[in-house]
Amino acid sequence: MLKNRIIPCLDVKNGRVVKGINFVDLQDAGDPVEQAKIYSDGGADEICFLDITASNENRNTIYDVVEKTSKKCFVPLTVGGGVRSVEDINKLLNCGADKVSINTAAVQNPEVVVESSKKFGSQCIVVAIDAKRNGDKWEIFTHGGRNNTGTDAIEFVKKMEDSGAGELLVTSMDRDGTQVGYDIELMSKISSMVNIPVIASGGVGNLDHLVDGIKLGNASAVLAASIFHYGKHSVKEAKEYLDLKGIPVRI
Amino acid sequence: MNVIIVDYNSGNISSVINSFKEVAKNKVNIEVTSDLDKIKLSDKVVLPGQGSFKSCVDALNSISGLVDVLNELVIINKKPLLGICVGLQMFADIGFEDTETKGLGWISGKVSKIDNKNGKFKLPHIGWNQINIVKDSKIFKGIENNSHMYFVHSYEFVPEDKNVVSTTTDYASNIVCSVEKENIFGTQFHPEKSDKTGLKIIDNFINL
Repeated sequence: MLKNRIIPCLDVKNGRVVKGINFVDLQDAGDPVEQAKIYSDGGADEICFLDITASNENRNTIYDVVEKTSKKCFVPLTVGGGVRSVEDINKLLNCGADKVSINTAAVQNPEVVVESSKKFGSQCIVVAIDAKRNGDKWEIFTHGGRNNTGTDAIEFVKKMEDSGAGELLVTSMDRDGTQVGYDIELMSKISSMVNIPVIASGGVGNLDHLVDGIKLGNASAVLAASIFHYGKHSVKEAKEYLDLKGIPVRI
Repeated sequence: MNVIIVDYNSGNISSVINSFKEVAKNKVNIEVTSDLDKIKLSDKVVLPGQGSFKSCVDALNSISGLVDVLNELVIINKKPLLGICVGLQMFADIGFEDTETKGLGWISGKVSKIDNKNGKFKLPHIGWNQINIVKDSKIFKGIENNSHMYFVHSYEFVPEDKNVVSTTTDYASNIVCSVEKENIFGTQFHPEKSDKTGLKIIDNFINL
C-alpha cells in the first residue's frame, strides 16, 4: 500500500534555514544541510528546500546547499524558490535535487512547465502555488506571496496538470505561519480536481492538522516546517501519531 | 573492480552517482561515463533512466554504438547490469509511453501505463510503497519482505515470463517492482532514494 508522506520543509535564505510568520519576521533555525540530515535520519519521507527570497537576491548559495545535502541524504530532495527557466531546473537537478518546484514562473510562463516536464520528466516537476481565499474562490499569489495575480487557483492547477506537472504543492496564504491548520477546503477541492498527487502546506500547528490534511483534505503528502524545526515534534512522533489514527505511513 | 554508471543524457543521475559513491566508499571504483571503450572494460554496469521510455531509448540510440556495446557486455559477456526505473523498463521489447517505441528486448514484455481504475488511483505513483518479495534475488539479500521503497512512475513493466519477477508492489494492481534474469537486474523503484534499505540493495549489487 502506498504510504502518505511527511515532508519537513526548510525555508532557506542565503544558505540558512528560516521560517517566516506569514512570510515576514524571519527567524534563524540553523544549517540546512545538518537539518536535512537530521530529518532524513529521523524518517522524513522527503526533504523540501524552499529558497524563499530567491526571486530578489543572489541565489547561488542554494546550489551549494543542494549539492552538500544530496551527498548526505538518500531520500528525495525537492528544491524550489526563484526557479525561472528550464536552465535553472537543469542546474538544480545537476546539483542533486530530485524534484524542482516551480511557483512564480509557472504562472507567468506556463511553457516552462511544459518544456521542463518534457525534458526531465513529470516525476521531477512540482508546481507550487500560493493561494489566498477571496470570497468563495482562491487566488494565486506569486513572488513569495507578494503579488496577487487574480488567477483562479482551481482552474490553474488543472491547467498545470495538463501541462505536465507531476505533483502540486499547495500552500494556503491565509494559513501559512498561523499554526491553525491547513485550509482543508482548498486542499480537498484541488485534490478532487486533479489526478496527480497533492502536497498540503501552510498552517500546521499540531499533529492533528497533519491527520486532517490527509483524511479531510485528501492530500497524498503533508508538508510542515515550524512544528519540526523548533523541536515541538519529531518526524518520528508525527508518523507514530498518524499511524495511530489509521493513516498508512512508512515506519 | 570497476562499476560504470552509463551517462547517456537520461535525465537526472546525480542521486544515482551520490548513492553509489556513498556505498562504494572508495573501495570500488565508480565511474560515470558514455565512453564506449571504458564501458566495454567495466565489471558491472548501472543503467539509470528518468523521463519517458521514448526519451531514454532515443538518448541511448543517439550515442552511436552504445546499444551494441551494452548487448555484448550483458548478453554475451554476462556482466551484471542494474537498470533503475526507466533503465529497467527499457529491458522490454516495446514501450507505449508517448508513442510505440522499441526497447532493448533483453526481457520479453511490454511497458504500459498503470491502470488507475478510472482515476481512483493518482498517477504518477509517487512515494513509499512496500515490496512483496516473490522470488529470491541476489540484490535483495538481507532485505526484509514488506520493506519500503521510493517509487515515482506512471508506467509499468509487464514481462511475459513472470518467473523473472523478484518483487511486486500493490498500487491499483500488482505492479512489477524488480526483475532478475541471470545477470540482468532491474528495479522500478529508486534504490538511490530509498534510504538505508535502498543503499543495501546498491551494496548487494556492488558485491555480486
